[in-house]
Amino acid sequence: MSTTEQAHNDQAGPPAPPPSTLLGGPTSTAPAGGPAGVLGSTLLRNLLVTVVCVAVMMGLTTVLGPFQNFQLAYVLAYLSALIGLNVLIGLNGQLSLGHGAIMAVGGYSMGFTQNAMVDAGYVDNRAFALWWTVVVSLTVGVLAAIVAGLLIGLAAARLRGPYLAGVTLAVAVLVPGITTAFDVFNGDQGIRVSVPRRPPALAKVLGPSFTNEQWQAWVALFAVGLVGLLMANLIRSRYGRMFKAVRDDEVAAQLSGINVARTQITAFVVSSATAGLAGGVFVFLVKNSQPGFFSLTLSLYLVLALVLGGLGSIAGAIWGALFLVAVPYLTAQLSRGLHVPPDLELRLSGNLPLAIFGLALILVTIIAPGGIQALVRRIWAWLYGLVRRPAG
Amino acid sequence: MDRFIFLTVDGLSKGAVYAAFALSLVLIWRAARIVNFSQGAIAVAAAYMAYSVTMHTGGNYWLGFGAAIVGGLVLGVVVERTTMRFVGHERPLDSVIVALGVVLIIQAVLGFIYGNEFLPAAAPFSRTSMRIGGYAVWSPYDLYVYAAVAVLVSFLAYLFAKTKLGLRLRASAFAPEVSRLLGVNVGRMTTLGWALAAAAGALAAMLVLPTELGLHPNAMDLVFVTAFTGAVLGGLDSPQGAVIGGLAVGLILNYVTGYAHNPNLAQPAVLAVLLVVLLVRPGGLFSSATARQV
Repeated sequence: MSTTEQAHNDQAGPPAPPPSTLLGGPTSTAPAGGPAGVLGSTLLRNLLVTVVCVAVMMGLTTVLGPFQNFQLAYVLAYLSALIGLNVLIGLNGQLSLGHGAIMAVGGYSMGFTQNAMVDAGYVDNRAFALWWTVVVSLTVGVLAAIVAGLLIGLAAARLRGPYLAGVTLAVAVLVPGITTAFDVFNGDQGIRVSVPRRPPALAKVLGPSFTNEQWQAWVALFAVGLVGLLMANLIRSRYGRMFKAVRDDEVAAQLSGINVARTQITAFVVSSATAGLAGGVFVFLVKNSQPGFFSLTLSLYLVLALVLGGLGSIAGAIWGALFLVAVPYLTAQLSRGLHVPPDLELRLSGNLPLAIFGLALILVTIIAPGGIQALVRRIWAWLYGLVRRPAG
Repeated sequence: MDRFIFLTVDGLSKGAVYAAFALSLVLIWRAARIVNFSQGAIAVAAAYMAYSVTMHTGGNYWLGFGAAIVGGLVLGVVVERTTMRFVGHERPLDSVIVALGVVLIIQAVLGFIYGNEFLPAAAPFSRTSMRIGGYAVWSPYDLYVYAAVAVLVSFLAYLFAKTKLGLRLRASAFAPEVSRLLGVNVGRMTTLGWALAAAAGALAAMLVLPTELGLHPNAMDLVFVTAFTGAVLGGLDSPQGAVIGGLAVGLILNYVTGYAHNPNLAQPAVLAVLLVVLLVRPGGLFSSATARQV
C-alpha cells in the first residue's frame, strides 16, 4: 500500500530536484553556460579581476593628492573588515556586534610586533628601511585575531539570535577596560607604533612624486586585494556553500552531513582574520593604537555600513565603506559652507552625520532591503532595459 | 566586613537600576520578539525632557521626574508607531538595525539641541551613606532607588498577573493569531508594551544618571550593554530572570571593582560570567527548554 502511494506521489508531484541543489545549485563553481578555459575557473577569474582592480587603483593613487590618498587608505582599511564581516553576517547569518574589539586585537598585536622589531634593530630610527617588517607585524596581527575569533566563535556556535548579540556586545565594550587595566597598553593614550615609511628603492624608481601617503594607500590596497581575492573564492567554494546552507536551515544542513558548529566557528575565524588585518592596517595608517579607535561605535558602524551597502556581496561592502568615510566628510563640508555661527556649525557637523546615517538605515531596511547595492542593481537593470528596448 | 557590606549595598542599588532596565528590555522582547537596542537612547531622551522641565520650573525634581515617565511613554508609542511597526520579522537582523537607526537619530537630535557636553543630573536625596552600628550602609538615595524599582516591579507584576489588560498583553505576546481571533487588538497591545517598557527605561535612566557623570546623548550606552547582559543572563523570556540577572550583574561589577582594586576589570568579569552561564544554559538561567521547529 505504502509503495503504491509513494509511486503515486512521485508521479503527481513536481520533478524532484537533484540532490545537490540544497548546497550547490545557482552558486556552483562554474556559472552555467559560462565560457570554458581561463574565465571558467573561479580562481583565475577572481585573480584577474583583483589584479586589474588593484592596478587601476594604484594608478589612481598617482593622481590623488596626499590627503585624498590618506582618505582612500582609510576606506580600504574599513573595506577589509567589512568584506570579512560580510562572510559572517551575510553568508553565515551570525550577527557579531564585537568586531571592533577583534580589530583592536589585530591592531595592538601589529603595533607590539612592529615596535619589538624596531627595538631589535630591524627598522632604523627614521623607519625608512625594511618595509617587510610591516608584512611580518600585520601577519602577527592576523594570527592574534584568529585566536580571538576562535575563542568567541566557540561560544557563538552554541548561541542564537539575541543571546549571540548580547555576548558579542559584551565583547565590544571590553577594549577600554582591558587597555586601561594593563600597563603595556598605556591606557587611553595608546601605544605609538614606528611603521616603515615608503621604501627608498621604490621612491628612487618612481621619483619624488611618490608620497608616503601613496605608499600607505598601496599597503592598504594590497591588503584589501588579498582579502577580496580570498573571500571571493571562499564564497564560491564548498565552504561558502556550507556557510549558506547553515544560514538558511541549520537542521537541513545537519541532515546533509554538515557539521553546523564547526562551520559557524570557521565563519567566525575567517571574518576575525580579516578584521585583524583591517585593525593592523588601521594602526599602520595612523601610527598609533589607542582604545578610542576601537570603540563600541566602531563595532556598530561596521554592521550598519554593511547593511547600508548591501549584505551578501563584496560590492555592498565597498558601498558601505565609502558611505562610512564620505558622509562625515561631506556633512563637515556642508556645515562649513552654510556660514552659521561656529557653535552651531560644530553641533551640525558633529550630529548631522549621525542623523543621516540613522535615517538611511531605517529607510533602507524598511523600504529597500538589500541596501545600496540592490538599488544600483535595479537602476542598472532599468537602464539596460532602456537600451535594449529600441533595438528589440 | 565593613568593605563587604558597603560593596554589597552599593552593588545592590546599582543592580536594582540594571534590573529595572533589563525588565524594560524583557517587556519588549516578550511583546514583540525584538531586542530593543534603542531603549537606552529613548531613556536618555526622556531624561533630557526631565532636565528641561526641572530647569523651567525652578529646579523641581518631581515635575521633571513625572515629565520623564510621561516622555518615556510617549516616545515608546512614537518609536513603535513610526518605525518598528514596519519592520518585518523574516530577518531578525532588521529590527536590530532599525533600532540602531533610531538610536543614531535620537542621539543626533539630542546633541543638536542640548550639545554634546555633560549636563548635571540632580539627585533628590543625599547620596552620603548612613551609619548603622559602625557600618556604612544605605544612603537615602539608595533607599529611594530600591523603593522606586520595587514600585515598578510590583506594578508590572500586578498589571500582568491580576488585570484583564495584563491578560490581553500576555495573550497577544504568546499567541498573536489566536488572540486576534478572540477579539484582542494585538497591534494596540504591542504599542502599549512598548510604551510601558520605554517608561520603565526612563525610570531607570532617572535613577542611574545622578550616580554617573550626568546627562549626555551617549550616557546610557554602557548601562544598556550592562543591563542587556543582565537580561540575557537571566533569560530574555523571564521577568524574574531579568530582575535577578540585573542584580547579579550589579553585584559582580561592584565586587570586582572593589576587591580587584581595578574598575577596568569589571566589564571582562561580567563577560566571563555571562559566557559561563550561557555555555551551560544557552537560553539564560531562567529559560525553559523550547522545541525547535523543523
